[in-house]
Amino acid sequence: MRAENLLRRRQARLAYAMVAPASLLIALIYVVPMIAVVLASLTDYTLISDYWEWVGLDNYKRMFGDAQFGNALRNTAIYAAIFLPCAFVIPLLLAISIQKRKQFRSFFEILYFMPVTSTLTAMALVWSALMDSRQGILNEWLGSLGLGPVNFLGSPEVVLVSLAGISLWAIIGFNMVLFIAGLTAIPRSLYDAAKIDGADHPVDEFLRVTWPALAPTSVFVAVTSSITAFKLFDTVALLTQGQPDHASEVFLYLTFLEGFEYFNMGYAAALSVFFLGVIFVFALIQTLLADRTAR
Amino acid sequence: MARLILTDIKKSFGETRVLKGISLEVQDGEFLSLVGASGCGKSTLLRIISGLETADSGRIEIDGKAVDQATPKARNVALVFQDYALYPHMSVAQNMAMPLVMGRLPMRARLPGAKFLTPRHAETRREIAAKVRQVAEQLRIAHLLDRRPASLSGGQRQRVALGRALVRDPSLFLMDEPLSNLDAKLRVEVRREIVELHRNSGLTFVYVTHDQVEAMTMSDRVALLQEGRLLQVGPPAALYGDPASADVARFIGSPEVNLLPVRAAAGALQLAGQALPVASGQAEGTDLMLGIRPEAIRLADASTAGGCFGLQVVRRAVEDLGGELVVHGSLAHAPDIPLRLRLQKAPDGSAPIPVPDTFAAEVPMGAVLLFAADGQRVAGPAVMARAEIPA
Repeated sequence: MRAENLLRRRQARLAYAMVAPASLLIALIYVVPMIAVVLASLTDYTLISDYWEWVGLDNYKRMFGDAQFGNALRNTAIYAAIFLPCAFVIPLLLAISIQKRKQFRSFFEILYFMPVTSTLTAMALVWSALMDSRQGILNEWLGSLGLGPVNFLGSPEVVLVSLAGISLWAIIGFNMVLFIAGLTAIPRSLYDAAKIDGADHPVDEFLRVTWPALAPTSVFVAVTSSITAFKLFDTVALLTQGQPDHASEVFLYLTFLEGFEYFNMGYAAALSVFFLGVIFVFALIQTLLADRTAR
Repeated sequence: MARLILTDIKKSFGETRVLKGISLEVQDGEFLSLVGASGCGKSTLLRIISGLETADSGRIEIDGKAVDQATPKARNVALVFQDYALYPHMSVAQNMAMPLVMGRLPMRARLPGAKFLTPRHAETRREIAAKVRQVAEQLRIAHLLDRRPASLSGGQRQRVALGRALVRDPSLFLMDEPLSNLDAKLRVEVRREIVELHRNSGLTFVYVTHDQVEAMTMSDRVALLQEGRLLQVGPPAALYGDPASADVARFIGSPEVNLLPVRAAAGALQLAGQALPVASGQAEGTDLMLGIRPEAIRLADASTAGGCFGLQVVRRAVEDLGGELVVHGSLAHAPDIPLRLRLQKAPDGSAPIPVPDTFAAEVPMGAVLLFAADGQRVAGPAVMARAEIPA
């Protein structure tokens, strides 16, 4: 009996020793910084002064009264409303049409996946050249159609659409590959059975077989794309800096401005905590739905 | 209820000619098995009958109507798949209702949520639910109607697949190796149930299998396919006792038929130097194959009557199957010619049959089959009087 206890304790010690390195890394990389941000959000710490004091929930009170915060949330929401449906539907349609092809399938896969492999920061500069209001080739094309010119990145009405377009270009290939993987996993015999059962109309086929079978993939694509939409930062920082007139000031860019331009670290930390909360909700939704579909 | 007529069906996939001209008639209410080794084209033929695949040439008629260009839906055929192909996200009831929902409700009533928007179709929905329940009760799966396929056993899934095929009152009932995913015991049980289903429904069944035992035990007629051609079509007993070629004889029957190389001589056959008193009616010197079913060979004893010829056999291995012994041996004077015997044990089963290292065996003259060198059957000795079907 005692020997058994001893053995069990020794095994437990060994187990803890084995998970220790990973746990330490997770703590250092994720947990400690998160706690630090939460603590910082309760102070009035700025980058330009060593003096700081606890201010309780003042930063959060300020946040919910801040017009810039409201503006950033609204911009992010508008951007997401343009970006998300396209980031979901276009890759799905592409995946379905490419997956049915026998020839050129891998050619199209590579073609659409190529933007994913490129560096978005560099490609953003190319896009800004293409979208230039005076010399951009897009405006030249529009002009030859008798349209435009459109000030893609300089007009408050258009700038979020343009940014969404660039992000779409970068993400479509990735989501498409996810959908193709999901489609490939659907057994052929299900489609045969649907045909035999009379569901040979493409709409029936999609609703009865493809869509339900694709549900786990769809949840994953929807959630990761939502997070991507909420994380929009690099193209804004590079191309518009929140301009014109704060029209492209999205949530993460506002956080960056507050922290590193205005040095309000405490306030930026509060914004970051809010950001963390939103991402957490998305991740939670995905986990719960994935669990349900798995069952 | 329908007669199926196939005329010269041909199909190629790229360079591979899968079906090389199949003509076949299945009578109304008949149970026909398409049997053959894997890759012989039987599944392709079934898919062509169902309309999932189109033939390159040839004619398909169901109930007197040409259906070559018709969709599976228009042909009103039911198909049970090898992996059952149940919709994983639907309940058993929804799975079974699928053909009826597709057939009886218009498109807008089938869209998601349309149930609440199209009250006009409530009556149809009730009829469908009633029909599903009736078939489910018939198949004894009524208690599973709310379950998902993932939570069912293999046998239960099989029943659901049968149910989905049955609800629609199909003109043809097609099955693609429906038993291959079941364990051996369940297979025998379901085999019997399918035969019963066929009898009670009176439908025309076309059943694809690679298992000759299934084909033999279930069908009214068996169609044996090899490399895209029909070798023989006929009742199971005819394929076994009166095979058209050596390939048919080899495929049907387990353990496999013995095919011994012989040469025609005057009023006899030369088997590796031994003269067998079997008249072949062939020109002297012709190479032939002598087919002997394993159960046609007996241990020779003193009571042996006439009309038999003897063989000296060396024992190699003995498999005791309980009720019978399968003896693997070879000819004593030609060790490279193998010989299989199936010996029935005495009904009391207890007394083991002594099989010495070398023993004399005998074969009734009427029980042998003669084939030409190219495998075609040669008219010669009488066919087996009474064909025995192996279990």
